[in-house]
This record gives sequence, structure tokens and C-alpha cells, in this order.
Amino acid sequence: MTCREFAEFLDSYLAGTLLSEERQAFDRHLAVCSHCVAYLASYRCTVDACRDLGTEDEQLPPEVPDELVRAILGSRTDHE
Amino acid sequence: MTIKPNPPVPHAAPAKEPAEQDEQQFVAALQRGDQDAFATLVRERGRTLLSTLRRMLGNEHDARDCLQETFLSAFRALDGFESKCRLGTWLHRIAVNTALMKLRSRRSGPEVSIDELVPRFSADGHHENAPIAWEDDSIEMLERRENRELLRQAIDTLPAAYREVVVLRDIEGLSTEETGDLLGITPNAAKIRLHRARQALRTMLDRHIRESVS
Repeated sequence: MTCREFAEFLDSYLAGTLLSEERQAFDRHLAVCSHCVAYLASYRCTVDACRDLGTEDEQLPPEVPDELVRAILGSRTDHE
Repeated sequence: MTIKPNPPVPHAAPAKEPAEQDEQQFVAALQRGDQDAFATLVRERGRTLLSTLRRMLGNEHDARDCLQETFLSAFRALDGFESKCRLGTWLHRIAVNTALMKLRSRRSGPEVSIDELVPRFSADGHHENAPIAWEDDSIEMLERRENRELLRQAIDTLPAAYREVVVLRDIEGLSTEETGDLLGITPNAAKIRLHRARQALRTMLDRHIRESVS
């Protein structure tokens, strides 16, 4: 396996969707290629950072603000 | 940074759906133009939708604009709603489509070329630019709330087709199939786009990290 092939199927490797023999080939490559070890770790960090963006509004108020509710209901009336 | 072994839980499904019969009565009230039903719809369904829009768009102003657009679109289409799907699912789809239109229309700067950001390889298949290991300090830096804006900006500079797929898959937590369906592409095309988008984002973050340590 080359670094190019490793990078090409990296997402399948992380998703666990590779066949057993393909995964073994990936693991053998990782055992001898420090560049791909670094690439894999940084790729995984990037994915985790993106997924963390999906949780960032947890501290915001869960309610729809009153002024926005009024604006939405008012715009409905306007369009009738 | 914590490594998450499992895919994210989709955010799309509301926590609790009313009974189907209750929902049919509620939809009938909306279709009759019942003011109270509209107020209930906006207050109760709006919470989940606003949360979705905040995640997808990353700022409160755009999320509120899109919530208003979502409900306006829904109000116009209510007469044609036939209960083939749940009301929450229908509204969520309208909200996601509204957010996608907003994402397509906005950029924080010049769009980057994806080809310049995916890794390059020599003829024998080795990395042309050797990746460096990200130190723990760099990873912690990315985790800090104030630096999430950096990632948001990086996502906004991706070409629209790549920006959308990252938002739907990694931020909103939709499946590859749902993402492909919303974007009108095959699941495999969505998977390839997502991988290239993640590679491009990794390169942008890597440049930032290299600059910050040099």
C-alpha cells in the first residue's frame, strides 16, 4: 500500500467499512509510515472538531425568542 | 482531543413526536387558519428548528432569518401537506433546504480551490509534503471555543458543494444517504465530497497550526 492509497480510503478506514484484508493492509502501512500516522491523527482531529461544531449551541436558550415568534406570526398575517 | 469511535447521533429527530391522531387534528387546525395552532407550531417546533439552523449556519442572525423563512415556506405549503410524513420531518426538511440556500449564498472571502488543498503525492505514491504530527497544544488550541470560529471560517471558504456536505454530515449528523438525497447526488458522491472536504479542512488547519508554532 502507498500513502496515496492510504489517503484515498482513509474515511472508509475510520468508518470501519473496509474488508478485513483491506484493514490489515492499512494497519501494516501504518506500522511503517510515520507520515500516514500523523496524517490519520490530524484528519481525525479535523473530523472531531467539525462534529464539535454541532454541539456548540447547547448553552444558548432553547426557546424561540418572543420577538422572533411575533415576527414569524406577523409575517404570516402579512402574506395572507 | 477526545476521539469519538462512533458516528455522531443525528440531531434531526425531535425528542418527542405527538401521537399521529393528535397531529392530524393539529394539522387540520393549521389548515383552517387557527391562530393559536400557528402560535403553538412556531413555539414548539421552532425550538428544534432553531437549534438545527444554529448548528448548520453557525451564527444566530442567519439562523433566525432562516427560521422565519422556514415558517413562511411552511405556511404557504400547509394546504398541500398530506400527512405522508410527520409534521416535524416535513418542517425539518424545509429548514435544512432553507439553510442550504443560505450556505450557498454566503462566503466569508474568496472561495478556495479544493484541488490545492487535498494532499499531493509523488509518482511512487509518497506524500509530496510530509505531514507533521499535531502536538497536544495545537489540538487543545483547536478545541477552544474561540478557535471554533477559525474552523467555521475555513468551512465557509470551501466551494459550496463541499461546504454543504460537511455541514450536513459532520455538523448536522445526517447519514450519507440523507445527505445525498438532500443534495441530489448519490450516496457515493456525497461520501467522496465529504472526504475531500475533510482533507481540505485538515490542510487549512494544518497551515494555521504550522504558522502558530513557527
